[in-house]
Amino acid sequence: MAKPLDNRAWFLVLPVVALVAFSALIPVMTVVNYSVQDSFGNNEFFWNGTGWFKELLDPSTDLGGRFFDALWRTLLFSAICLAIEVPLGIGVALTLPRRGWGVAASLVLLALPLLIPWNVVGTIWQVFARRDIGLLGAAVNGLGIEYNYAQTPLAAWVTVVAMDVWHWTSLVVLLCYAGLRAIPDAYYQAAKVDGASSWAVFRAIQLPKMQRVLTIAVLLRFMDSFMIYTEPFVVTGGGPGNATTFLSIDLVKIALGQFDLGKAAAMSIVYNLIVLTVCWVFFATTTRSQSEAVQ
Amino acid sequence: MSGAALAPASLAATRAPAESGALRAAVPRVVLVLYILFLLVPIYWLVNMSLKTNLEINSGMTLWPQNPTLEHYRRIFTDASWYSGYINSLTYVALNTLISLAVALPAAYAFSRYRFLGDKHLFFWLLSNRMAPPAVFALPFFQLYSAVGLFDTPWAVALAHCLFNIPLAVWILEGFMSGVPREIDETAAIDGWSFPAFFIRHFLPLVAGGVGVAAFFCFMFSWVELLLARTLTTVNAKPIVATMTRTVSAAGMDWGLLSAAGVLTIIPGAIVIWFVRNHIARGFALGRV
Repeated sequence: MAKPLDNRAWFLVLPVVALVAFSALIPVMTVVNYSVQDSFGNNEFFWNGTGWFKELLDPSTDLGGRFFDALWRTLLFSAICLAIEVPLGIGVALTLPRRGWGVAASLVLLALPLLIPWNVVGTIWQVFARRDIGLLGAAVNGLGIEYNYAQTPLAAWVTVVAMDVWHWTSLVVLLCYAGLRAIPDAYYQAAKVDGASSWAVFRAIQLPKMQRVLTIAVLLRFMDSFMIYTEPFVVTGGGPGNATTFLSIDLVKIALGQFDLGKAAAMSIVYNLIVLTVCWVFFATTTRSQSEAVQ
Repeated sequence: MSGAALAPASLAATRAPAESGALRAAVPRVVLVLYILFLLVPIYWLVNMSLKTNLEINSGMTLWPQNPTLEHYRRIFTDASWYSGYINSLTYVALNTLISLAVALPAAYAFSRYRFLGDKHLFFWLLSNRMAPPAVFALPFFQLYSAVGLFDTPWAVALAHCLFNIPLAVWILEGFMSGVPREIDETAAIDGWSFPAFFIRHFLPLVAGGVGVAAFFCFMFSWVELLLARTLTTVNAKPIVATMTRTVSAAGMDWGLLSAAGVLTIIPGAIVIWFVRNHIARGFALGRV
């Protein structure tokens, strides 16, 4: 049944639009304004046109080189996180009990990492992975593997990825579990009668039913891992060297550390457009394939 | 997303080389228990550290506190610069949750019940704010809230967090509201209920689960955020997460105190999860299952 067309509905949306516009439009205009100007302090601004953007998008310049390095680093980080968290999340969701007291207990324990402030997540992993006082750091070094996230880039990456998996896989698990729970028991009984293997059940029943929630999971995980700031900042501070300096960390360094407003603003705009484009493509293709599946 | 790429973990869980049915049934349990252990061990380590004296922390590795002490907790609860951080955080989180829900409820109803000019574009625009990196907004927010005189008040952080919490609340509530049949609205209109009366007395109870879940998510994302909360406050409204980072840099590494403060930030989250445990899975699917 189609929804009725009624433009008076705008009155119900108005408060949201006003509040979000206050929080979003004014800052965005500020950023756009800075991105075309240069400042030498003392609130003196000079028109710089597209200068910052040209410099930013040209990898041979200082700023451009730095931007592209951070961009590839962030994309690699997002790709690794998605590649681990999505399959692991589906796997764990399949092991959750379907009824009984174990359901609520498992869900509460699983959700726990999601409710921990992000800098505390960083603190937890700092305390856990340090070689002198951390259980993980001491255990790995005890096995004879040299592991010090403050010194070797590989160890820093392993720590940051492990932390993200620890922090966010539960989100994928909970989403998949919600999708799995919507499957009627009759489907499983029919599969049993047909003698279907568990692999066939997974491919033909469970995976299609999870498609919608997996869309949300991939979308949220991409956005959040691509924007990650606090956790790696607390653990590695972007180091060793620049090994874990992701886009957000670099941006905050330029904006609030060096107070290079023009450069930071241009970078913000390009950064934001990348996230927006990827999400829009993803959103459009998945909603289209879903509406086709319904018809 | 191909199925083959997503499958390996589940394969291990469901098609393990099991001889007997009992063994086969035990495999998922073992996987689940191992995974939950993986989640809990780092948290245990934090609790462990918070109960040790700094002398013990620095003098060697012990798997549990040899001389358990509540000294770090006592310091947090008696020192105003520490416990006021918790009060500040809870204040802006509560404000943010109330504002977000109050404006998101009517908007979600409009999206779930009507088509109107530009509705799809508006919806994506709202969501696009959820996708904006907070780092982009840190500096302009600092200037905006300084200009309107809200800097270093809980209101600044509460309003700033609305940027990503309102879109999320609208998204979740719209999902839950779309699950309520529209005949209910039509019957109420025929019976002569005015819209506000119908909305509050009949409709809200039907989506109570969704409101709970939306409140939970507003709480969650406001509680865990650090970058904006730290940028928009200095002294009077400084949140606990900022207190933690600053004390660490000033006083060297007081691991015991830092751990105790961390443990205390986990507790409010654990409490709210317990309240929404029955709706949480559907909530994470944004009401769309």
